Amino acid sequence: MLRFVALRLVMALPTLWAVLSLVFVLVRIVPGDPALVILGDQATEQALVALRHRMGLDVPLWDQYLQFMAAVLQGDLGISMVRNRPVWGEVATVLPYTLELTFVGIFLGVLMGLPLGVLAAQHRGGWIDAVARWTSLLGLSFPAFISGILMLLLLAVELPWFPVIGNAPFANPPAHLRALVLPALNLGFIMVAYVARVTRSGMLASLSEDYIRTARAKGVPARLVVWRHALRNALIPVVTVVGLYFGILIGNSVLTEIVFNRPGLGKLIVGALNDRDYTMLQGLMVIYALVVVGANLATDLAYGAVDPRIRVR
Amino acid sequence: MAVGAIGAPKGIAGRALGNRSLMAGVALLVFIILLAVLAPWISPYDPNDQDAIASLGAPNAQHWFGTDFFGRDVLSRVIWGARVSLFVGAVSTAISMLLGGSIGILSGYVGGRFDQGVMAVMDVLLSFPQLIMGLIIVALLGANLTDLILAIAITAVPPFARVARGPTLSLKERDFVEAGRALGFSNLRIMLVHILPNVLDDLIVMGSLWLATAIRTEASLSFIGLGLPPPTATWGSIIREGFENLLDAPWLAVFPSLAVLIVMLALNMIGDGLRDATDPKAAVS
Amino acid sequence: MTNVVPLKTPPALAVKDLTTGLKIRGIWHQAVRGVSFEVMPRETVALVGESGCGKSLTAMSIMGLLPAKVGKVLSGSVTVDGREVVGLPEREFEGLRGNLVSMIFQEPMTSLNPVLPVGFQIAETLRRHRGLDGAAARAEVLRLMNRVQIPASARRIDDYPHQFSGGMRQRVMIAMAVACRPKVLLADEPTTALDVTIQAQVLNLIAELQAEDGMAVLFITHNLGVVASIASRVVVMYGGDVVETAPVDDFFQRPSHPYSAALLKSVPRADRRPDSLEPIPGQVPTLFQMPDGCRFQSRCAHVMEVCTRRPPLLPGGGRPDHQMRCWLGRPEGGL
Repeated sequence: MLRFVALRLVMALPTLWAVLSLVFVLVRIVPGDPALVILGDQATEQALVALRHRMGLDVPLWDQYLQFMAAVLQGDLGISMVRNRPVWGEVATVLPYTLELTFVGIFLGVLMGLPLGVLAAQHRGGWIDAVARWTSLLGLSFPAFISGILMLLLLAVELPWFPVIGNAPFANPPAHLRALVLPALNLGFIMVAYVARVTRSGMLASLSEDYIRTARAKGVPARLVVWRHALRNALIPVVTVVGLYFGILIGNSVLTEIVFNRPGLGKLIVGALNDRDYTMLQGLMVIYALVVVGANLATDLAYGAVDPRIRVR
Repeated sequence: MAVGAIGAPKGIAGRALGNRSLMAGVALLVFIILLAVLAPWISPYDPNDQDAIASLGAPNAQHWFGTDFFGRDVLSRVIWGARVSLFVGAVSTAISMLLGGSIGILSGYVGGRFDQGVMAVMDVLLSFPQLIMGLIIVALLGANLTDLILAIAITAVPPFARVARGPTLSLKERDFVEAGRALGFSNLRIMLVHILPNVLDDLIVMGSLWLATAIRTEASLSFIGLGLPPPTATWGSIIREGFENLLDAPWLAVFPSLAVLIVMLALNMIGDGLRDATDPKAAVS
Repeated sequence: MTNVVPLKTPPALAVKDLTTGLKIRGIWHQAVRGVSFEVMPRETVALVGESGCGKSLTAMSIMGLLPAKVGKVLSGSVTVDGREVVGLPEREFEGLRGNLVSMIFQEPMTSLNPVLPVGFQIAETLRRHRGLDGAAARAEVLRLMNRVQIPASARRIDDYPHQFSGGMRQRVMIAMAVACRPKVLLADEPTTALDVTIQAQVLNLIAELQAEDGMAVLFITHNLGVVASIASRVVVMYGGDVVETAPVDDFFQRPSHPYSAALLKSVPRADRRPDSLEPIPGQVPTLFQMPDGCRFQSRCAHVMEVCTRRPPLLPGGGRPDHQMRCWLGRPEGGL
């Protein structure tokens, strides 16, 4: 197992390099001169030169690339051009909120999606299958900001069960958790669609496998046949989907943070886009790149956890 | 005993017709498309006519969906917004299909190192969150109609490239392609005449699925404030304006939200129906 | 002397008039009809027939493992160690399966759960029926793995199925099946998917375990060579009917049902020239096309008018316990 983890860690490195390079390229394909864009037409040549120098744009491209990589490797994300503070500091203050939202969202999505998918497969064609089908259809259809707005209207405005602002300081745990409910539910609800759907089809496949018959022939109780023998196998495609869903989840968390007015990477990136804060944008993309690579790694490790054929050779 | 092998196989067309969710989805989508196409004739008001007195009016007999901050009729804006939203979604999907399809076919056909390189780039692009990528590209390109469409299209190129490449790899080994090569046909001709028609089916199914994503991406970008500049009505931008007045005039956000939701539902129902109709395994029930 | 009634040992497995239905496109079909046979302790009975003849379905009926909603026992009785199991609630049936009656299957590659260690899968039987847990279960699993001759059992107990060969997996299956010393073992083509040399080893293993534990074995196969080497009695099925039942030697010497005779002629034997092989013409009719009366009539060389009536089981061959279901050579047959 330890070797497996180590191997996956090493294999994540090329991906990390590739995604970081993508960030570099994306930020450099800005049409025109960023310095000109930032300072505007009235800027003096002197100011432009100074800004280009500050942004490291006055050296050859490959040099910029090396400097960028070196800086990232040292954990240096640069200085925000607009706020004049280190990007990492800005990110660090809001990152816990985004991570909290994302993890609770995934947790809720799996917590609701797995049982729904299992029960739908078990009672195929029954009412719970219909519920699962419609839940999936709705979850796949709802853009995150629309489900967020409707939840806000229903559960915070019409029925004032939850605060309108989806955040309260960590120092006040009860209020903090209450404020987290709606945003996390919003992410979780959309994720339920994906999880329930794959769980259902995975369960239908594994329930018709020979080893299920073997388990029943041993006298294993029906409950364990479903939740141990069948579900353990159905988890393999679920891991795939949760991994793939991560990209959508990040986008949805940005929208959710805006709707519920929560601090987080989402509001930071929208602010940076509006301010044309290129260093901040680049820093945020590096963070997203790290998150993506981390999620891929977590998916790989999860595969190993649920499928011994990958872990043990 | 082959107990599992029970179930009458029907033709794909038969299953598609017998599939209620597919038909309902098509009906809903046709309805919305008709609304968009007929906007100049059926929308009760000009979507940009302002009426300061009617600012933030609740839904009533004159304004079924109410009015916005500038007193514009929300129903008319939603109907006109359908035009832009559907247009952006459809055109950007078509572009990603074209670009992604070409890249995929070329990559698969050429093969070797080139193929590996292209696919590695596609994988990296694919691994980056789609909405974040869209945000960055729009921010870099600017926010006019062409750039918006292009930005949304670019984010969807990698999945289309993957879909087109798969069948190309196996098709190029087949006899008719070999024969074409032996007859001295140009590579371009082989790709266009022999490979493209065989890949097209997969691309179209994929396209129908991505249309929903493209429309959603446009709405999301507009909602964030990176869509088309005002006063152009798109569903995302109407919702954004509604969101700013959410507590005073919830109808402003709710009605366009429902419009987006209906299109998403329709497209997903069509997608599910198509999948059930084309996948014999899913149809046995 | 005259008063002494010989005490008959009760059979470990008794199937009586078992009729099992399959629901196909909304209609129930009798896929097994009126099947009867008995298996005594320590005895091996071979259930023989082509695929689709209802032999696996018979086994599934005995195990209570018919596919839900589309399969059910319509009538008849099955007793295991004297206990009636037809109509038993699922909960109670679970308590018997793997305990009183066990089953091993054809596909060792797919019959084990790929994500659970083999030791765990063997221990499940013990946990369910013996309440064994932890170290006690582990010790018993090791003993069982040794008993089915899995080498280096202590090292392999936590390995996963994909790390075992087909033969070894079948040994794991057997270990699971015999863990609780069942009275009856149903073996559904357990060697068909294995190499010939491995086949012999597995057959020997089953025979050894049977000798030690005194299990009754119902061995389902279409391989007549295997039948000759392990079984004491043969039950031949065709189209859901038992068409012949006989002691194994009498069956091979005097097969009396036209189907049995045809079956024997269609398989290669060491004492015959290969060019004397005669395949049975035609195919097994599907449940939709089953003729009334004798179900073999559509392929039978001796078909008569009376065959449209279903023949009863009649004496055949050379022994009193040899029976067959055919009108041939009967006075009624001339009608």
